[in-house]
Amino acid sequence: MKAIKQITVTSILLALTTPTLANDVVTKLLQEYRSQAAQPFTAEAGWQLWIKPYTNASADKRSCSTCHTSDPKQVGKHARTGKRIEPLAPSVNPERLTKEQEIRKWLMRNCKWTLGRECDAQEKGDLLTYLNAL
Amino acid sequence: MKRWIIMGMGLVVVLSLGWKMKVSMADEDEYWERTRDVAPIENPLYKQECGSCHMAYPPGLLPARSWEKMMTGLDEHFGENAELDSTTAAKLTRFLVDNSADAMPNYRRSRMITRGLSDESVPLRITELAYFQHEHGKIPARLTTGNSAVKSLSNCNTCHQKAELGSFSEREIRIPGHGKWDD
Repeated sequence: MKAIKQITVTSILLALTTPTLANDVVTKLLQEYRSQAAQPFTAEAGWQLWIKPYTNASADKRSCSTCHTSDPKQVGKHARTGKRIEPLAPSVNPERLTKEQEIRKWLMRNCKWTLGRECDAQEKGDLLTYLNAL
Repeated sequence: MKRWIIMGMGLVVVLSLGWKMKVSMADEDEYWERTRDVAPIENPLYKQECGSCHMAYPPGLLPARSWEKMMTGLDEHFGENAELDSTTAAKLTRFLVDNSADAMPNYRRSRMITRGLSDESVPLRITELAYFQHEHGKIPARLTTGNSAVKSLSNCNTCHQKAELGSFSEREIRIPGHGKWDD
């Protein structure tokens, strides 16, 4: 009995201290982006990009957090339509970052909307690293 | 003997009348089924790709030519980037065209929408359709665009409880902060 308790405690501790592991899809994408990026990816750089406001042609200020809030673990709201956006952080929404096509599609669309251009490999890698570490 | 024959004939008449009534009632049900609102749709790809940002509008609300134009301009979709890969875009265009207002003339509202359009016009906004404006013209702005819970007339399902099922019946309307609508 004591042994079982110890194993449970140890495994909980392990689960808490092990850094978030990327799933296969994220690993694959990060590898691809890494080969085209100058710096190593960090969650900190991803977070900075997440909240950084960009001014578009119509003088609106936009950032990722405009729709997704400054905490991707929260429910967001589409800036134009007001539609609910489920949390983006895989830690609270396990369906997120599991489909390669979806990740590529939204990175392209939303970088164009927010930054007014496609994100480069460095930015994409930092963003994925940030979201995955939450 | 004669009485039996008469009774038998009477029974045949009564039964056949009943049968006829049943048939015509079934026809009528079917008629209303066919002529109601716009066609309901169930397409997971459409719901996922288009419904993530806005209500998945029933395709029967616009004619085929509108959907075709819409799908070739997704990089500038009402000021948003909504680009799709070409395979997905082609599948969705097919679905939208196959279920568009002109493909569904049996549905009353689709028919009214098509009827209100000139052959040359290719509307992209459902809210700019003559039929739409006719139906929404009497509603005061404070209940719609001036209502913080509604904001825009493009949020059909905020008031039309069954909009995503293609049903826009007046008795299904619930305006936030106001309730039922009766004109």
